[in-house]
Amino acid sequence: MEVDEVVGTKWTGRWKHLRKILERSSPFAHPDFEPSPDILEFMQESCRLLVIGAGGLGCELLKDLSLMGFRQIHVIDMDTIDLSNLNRQFLFRHSDIGKAKAEVAASFINKRVRGTKCIPHFCKIQDYDSSFYKQFHIIVCGLDSIVARRWMNGMLISLLEYDDDGNLDPSSIIPLVDGGTEGFKGNARVILPGMTACMDCTLDLYPPQVNFPMCTIAHTPRQPEHCIEYIKLFQWEKDKPFGDIPIDGDDPAHIKWICKAASSRADQYGIQGVNYRLTQGVIKRIIPAVASTNAVIAAVCANEVFKLATSCSIPLNNYIVFNDSNAVYTYTFEAERNATCVACSNKPRSLSFKPTTLLREVIDFFCQDSSLQMKSPCVTTNVEGSNRTLYMKNIPSLEAATRPNLAKSLQDLGIVDGQELIVADVTTPNSLLFKLKLSDDIT
Amino acid sequence: KEKKYDRQLRLWGDHGQQALENARICMINVTATSTEILKNLILPGVGSFVIVDGGRISGEDVGNNFFLDPDAIGQSKSKVLLRHNFSLELNPDVKGDYTEEDVNQLLNKNPQFFYSFEVVIVSALDGATQRKLAELLWERKIPLVICYSYGFTGYLRIVVNEHCVVESHPDNAHADLRLLDPFPELIEYANSIDLEQMEKKEHSHVPYLIILYKYLQAWRKENDGQAPKNWKEKRQFKEKVLEGIRKNEHGVQEDEENFEEAAKQVNSALVPYKLPDSLRQMFEDPKCTDVSEESSNFWILANGLKQFVENNDKSLLPLRGSLPDMFSDSESYIKLQNIYKAKAKQDIDLFTSYLCNFGYVNGRLSDQEIKRFCRNAHFLQVVRGRSLSDEYKKISQSVLDGLISEEASDAVWYVMLRCVDLFHTNFSRYPGVIEEEIDIDVTRLKFHILQSISSYLAFPGLSEAISDDYVQETCRCGAAELHSVASYMGGVAAQEVIKLITSQYVPVTGVYIFNGLKSTSISLDV
Repeated sequence: MEVDEVVGTKWTGRWKHLRKILERSSPFAHPDFEPSPDILEFMQESCRLLVIGAGGLGCELLKDLSLMGFRQIHVIDMDTIDLSNLNRQFLFRHSDIGKAKAEVAASFINKRVRGTKCIPHFCKIQDYDSSFYKQFHIIVCGLDSIVARRWMNGMLISLLEYDDDGNLDPSSIIPLVDGGTEGFKGNARVILPGMTACMDCTLDLYPPQVNFPMCTIAHTPRQPEHCIEYIKLFQWEKDKPFGDIPIDGDDPAHIKWICKAASSRADQYGIQGVNYRLTQGVIKRIIPAVASTNAVIAAVCANEVFKLATSCSIPLNNYIVFNDSNAVYTYTFEAERNATCVACSNKPRSLSFKPTTLLREVIDFFCQDSSLQMKSPCVTTNVEGSNRTLYMKNIPSLEAATRPNLAKSLQDLGIVDGQELIVADVTTPNSLLFKLKLSDDIT
Repeated sequence: KEKKYDRQLRLWGDHGQQALENARICMINVTATSTEILKNLILPGVGSFVIVDGGRISGEDVGNNFFLDPDAIGQSKSKVLLRHNFSLELNPDVKGDYTEEDVNQLLNKNPQFFYSFEVVIVSALDGATQRKLAELLWERKIPLVICYSYGFTGYLRIVVNEHCVVESHPDNAHADLRLLDPFPELIEYANSIDLEQMEKKEHSHVPYLIILYKYLQAWRKENDGQAPKNWKEKRQFKEKVLEGIRKNEHGVQEDEENFEEAAKQVNSALVPYKLPDSLRQMFEDPKCTDVSEESSNFWILANGLKQFVENNDKSLLPLRGSLPDMFSDSESYIKLQNIYKAKAKQDIDLFTSYLCNFGYVNGRLSDQEIKRFCRNAHFLQVVRGRSLSDEYKKISQSVLDGLISEEASDAVWYVMLRCVDLFHTNFSRYPGVIEEEIDIDVTRLKFHILQSISSYLAFPGLSEAISDDYVQETCRCGAAELHSVASYMGGVAAQEVIKLITSQYVPVTGVYIFNGLKSTSISLDV
């Protein structure tokens, strides 16, 4: 039989599947699509992709994208490999435990899919600035953190350029394809920053996490989870079983100790069901995960990257949810932009408070408002041309110095109607501007 | 091992994992799609698998398959996939094997080969062989999973005669509280509580269940023994509950979260009990009424359940026995929880006594299995599919609905893929694979194939209902297997196989189609 010949990264038939799609016209293609062998060459030589996260979704994404013809792929992840990753993160082996995910994944992909030039970055996304992110054509997120997603979203919005008339320069848009999974559920979306709904426009799709009330944990526990939380919040600090260190959810000795302590608290109240698995689940806030859902969501994302890069079909507009716990269900819809979105509407949002509102209450509002959901906002304002920090949580010395402000009212802080607050938070790389309306009539 | 599988054990439990690890599956034909399915079964730890493929690896095969290497071009697909990559790389706990024998030969000479598998998966097999295989497996009651990718379209068909699900894990099931049909122990406990006489702190920590019970009795007294039925009555009832919040010396209501919680729960807690229709149907099934030694555990248990239901005048199912968390002091909650647990245990014992009427059951059913069955009694599901030969006789209503709907429906792709099958049967190749014949293939598909399909699916006018765009696109793809679509279908199909193996979660029982052009999908009863 005739055998296809292999020369380096080239062999007969290698791209035959893709060529049919890229070199033939289609009634479903984007109007700009012009079938040509140049498209594959662009994908291989020029099109630069960034994959954020080398976990469950990231491993699948790297495989999918490299087999779809992309070669210039960067991957960024700050994590190392753990045994519990191996049921789905298939680029890792037992002998890789403890190594950097990004590095192991990149070298595996480069070896397996010949010609791929995957470059790993073993660090946090916040370690790089706009000059790094600017170099990519498309960015794909496979993250489990909403804060990191929002940060990335904010970064891409900050790269947008407008002309003097306020028209968006299309060449400054870097599309963001985002996927997320939880058990049998998943979602994927395409964001064209400045044009379609961004991560912050649709924050209500990600409800903030609900915690158990403190009085339940401390005084009236009823569930095994309440007992575990109690040990985590109070007993650990008191007993310091391993010295003065925080809980390490990956250290079996820590989990065992908490499990035992929680069991004896549970016994006191006649509560059943504290065990090792539950303890670890509560402490690490473990989200169930399975190979199949990751495969599905990563595939949707890779397919959309392929469509965006080649125009061979119209990209998803702009959101799909997936759930296969009862048969297989998907729902595709267009998430709408929020005209007052603080991240992408390009105008400062105005907020109304009473002059007697305390700064603490303003900060609580930033954290609890469903369209803002900040984590540890740092608030500054401009008084007579110079910046004044009202509250700064993340730097201990400044926190101590500004803490008294929390109990002061806005008027006591000298803030007047129309003044602007500049708010920085981990959910965005850029400070946000809010215009204050102060009035007694506000409820 | 427990740690490696931790994230998935939280979805299907140790017993689900055990079922998976005991399972033996067969995969016929190595394609990018089938390879991805297998990968997603090996990772979570399926027991063992056998790959059936006698073909040789081509350059094209390596191009879209992550587990084939260009150095192996020309060698045996099944052998290379198994030896070089799968068994060594992905999961050392899984055992794999392969055979280079041709499927047709196996079907003719050694059909028993297929009998030892829990599930058979097949990708890109010619129509005639597929039907033959489907018939064999249908008779042996072995589920067949057909899955492939064609251009931007992904296709999944599960051919399963009957599949019984004990743990369907519904997303938002109401708690089983029995407020409207209280059992003696609950009545006794509730009667021992006097809300009026309570201290302030105690009063604000009574579980909402007891509050609702008390107000319900009061309501019944005033309303000829009836519970609040419609929306209006329930709103009145809610108001009464909220009026029960104590007032301080200034006449202002105290903060009593438990009463607020009670008011919120009125709608879901006061839904009258009705035996689910699916169970009523199940009880009438001959498999349920006539159990014998040959019956599966599921049907034996279903028969026990039928007796349980028929032997109480309200047709109640065994109490689930779990209590949702509610605002309360620890002691009252635990007491209440124990009352529910004890009643559930009583129901299980009663249920078991009905089972014991069958001598042959001894030793076949573990206590765990019985307990799981009772706890999930509300959610049991029996799904039945149609055979492949029935499917091909007549177009199904669900495909028809899609074709005549005003919005573009992915049901069109079902018809196009039937056309592709027929094209392959007639021409021994797929449409659009030869560059020079694309235009001819479009004509063939449009005028010849679509006509024949419309006559054998008994749907005249089918070719008019389908726009030329779909025919064009079908030929453009020329059977290209895109890795993105293959990977999507690999995820979906693997999870369906896991559902079939573990009897947990509800599988697809017809056709599922993914449309990668629009990122949409559709399920069709066929």
